[in-house]
Amino acid sequence: MDFRLTKEEALFQKMCREFAINEVEPLAAEIDEQERYPEETVQKLMKYGLMGIQFPKEVGGSGGNYVMYSIAIEEMSKFCGTTGGIMSAHGTLGAWPIYHFGTPEQKEKWLRPLIEPKEGAKIGAFGLTEPNAGTDSAAQQTIAEKQADGSYILNGTKVFITGGGRADTYVVFAMTDKTKGNKGISAFIVDKDDPGFSIGKIEHKMGIRGSQTSELIFEDVHLPADRLLGKENGGFKIAMMTLDGGRIGIASQALGIAQGALDKAVQYMKERVQFGKTLDKFQGLQWMVADMHTQIEAARLLVRRAAFNHDVGLPFTKEAAMAKLYASEVAMDVTTKCVQIYGGYGYIREYPMERMMRDAKITEIYEGTSQVQRMVIAGQVLR
Amino acid sequence: MKAIVCVKQVPDTSGKVAVNPDGTLNRASMQTITNPDDLNAVEAALQLKDATGCKVVVVTMGPPPAEGMLRELLAMGADEAVLVSSREFGGSDTYATSQILAAAINKIGIEDEDIVLCGRQAIDGDTAQVGSQIAEKLEIPQVSYAADFKIEGGKVTVKRMLEDGYMTIQTSTPCLLTCIKELNAPRYMSLSGIMDCYAKPLSVYDYNTLKDDPLIEPDTIGLKGSPTNIFKSFTPPQKGKGKMLEGADKATCESLAAELLTKHII
Repeated sequence: MDFRLTKEEALFQKMCREFAINEVEPLAAEIDEQERYPEETVQKLMKYGLMGIQFPKEVGGSGGNYVMYSIAIEEMSKFCGTTGGIMSAHGTLGAWPIYHFGTPEQKEKWLRPLIEPKEGAKIGAFGLTEPNAGTDSAAQQTIAEKQADGSYILNGTKVFITGGGRADTYVVFAMTDKTKGNKGISAFIVDKDDPGFSIGKIEHKMGIRGSQTSELIFEDVHLPADRLLGKENGGFKIAMMTLDGGRIGIASQALGIAQGALDKAVQYMKERVQFGKTLDKFQGLQWMVADMHTQIEAARLLVRRAAFNHDVGLPFTKEAAMAKLYASEVAMDVTTKCVQIYGGYGYIREYPMERMMRDAKITEIYEGTSQVQRMVIAGQVLR
Repeated sequence: MKAIVCVKQVPDTSGKVAVNPDGTLNRASMQTITNPDDLNAVEAALQLKDATGCKVVVVTMGPPPAEGMLRELLAMGADEAVLVSSREFGGSDTYATSQILAAAINKIGIEDEDIVLCGRQAIDGDTAQVGSQIAEKLEIPQVSYAADFKIEGGKVTVKRMLEDGYMTIQTSTPCLLTCIKELNAPRYMSLSGIMDCYAKPLSVYDYNTLKDDPLIEPDTIGLKGSPTNIFKSFTPPQKGKGKMLEGADKATCESLAAELLTKHII
């Protein structure tokens, strides 16, 4: 057993750190305050191949792996949860299902433009959640009606879609056979310019405010037969497998937020003087730091393990769910404690801590709430 | 055409600066980085490569761990790397270092269309001597403080940035430029570059590799070949905080004049 990163992974981590410090941190507060999508950062992420990290070069990606993908999201999220979230939603939710389930033609047409290392590449998104189909994602009301020529007519509404309105390519789920429940769901590739497809309400969120989240509205959107992803009525499996991988991204985002908050709190404790000594000299706070550091290290081991399993082809459903469950709860716990360490300064917007606490909360909710992760884990353990 | 870039691994002076009892830097206890100006030289070479497809060779003199820095430069896009490393080269000052680097560049081979790029100066010694001395020893033209340059048909037009303005001069290849931070913004390593960098060629030149070059003699390299002696090294006292006077009115001007008078400046 070897816990060290490979030399490529270690070098990549260094690159990501430099990128995060120079490009991500300076914008973090501004994009949060203005609820602004960090387009300039995303363009640079594309340029350096950071929006297609885990995909092979043959299909247009950068030839890295899931451990690297996880490292990159962690490093960005140390400074900006929004940026980590954008990378995660694009990479695993938008691009991965096309990579894994797409035909060679679909990969060439729809995947390559999403993951190519160049500025002006496209952004992917994932449309599963509906007003009445959140955790119960099988309760889809969006319908794709098959036509005589094999094409489909798509109608319905999706909500809370990360990247909605900014993304170019959407993987959208819809019922193709209402009689079959979750065995009657299919996945489709939808282009932002497809007639009948429009963006509804753009949400105002508590955290990750720079990542655009919106409704997707489909009104008689005509989808040719070659937009069907995978098999007809095979969409539920695509959704579940996609979310398994997505959890590695969100777990990495949570891990980054937690580590970033602790790093800042440690620095603050060495500078802030009360009762004639710096905060790091108070044993009560030292113990908080020790606990937080231990929690974060444990979360990191779970996250890396899930990513490693994905890379070597081992099952990772349970591992990714455990990583996401634990890392997100650690992120919430650690950021709350770090706000406490900052005291009044933790509660005001001039300092990053309240933003990090707001950003942390989403990791316990999206891509499966903590309760769903427990369902997944229990289902694996008790089967 | 190729671009040869000289780079140096230096202690990261943005962190804690550690000094030995004899006044020299305690390099072992400090983090290292690629010298900032040298990254501008690397970026300039990579931009030439982007435009012309030329080869980029990076060369450094240093201890074996300097390989890590060279791999990073290969991951940025350089094609080949040369690590000049040998016990005999230890203790070299700028004179001996430029002697050895010039011999290494001779070994790499410098042709009519080639260009050598260096950073202006390293943040540890701050001498700005090595680049210029390499050009002298290679007997090629040099232009220092390059803030911009272009190459057309073997003619190199360089905008130099001086303290009191700019100077544009033209020379021809092969030549050496020393680069400043105004020249460009260095790129990051790319992921595909990182995946490829350990498979790219990295040669180690030791004393035996270079000993036949006429520049390499026992008394031109290492401590023996170094005419520089350090008498004393110290941290200069910090300057006091400046005083700012704001305003465009007569009263402000008068108080400024009074301030300068008190300090016997006027």
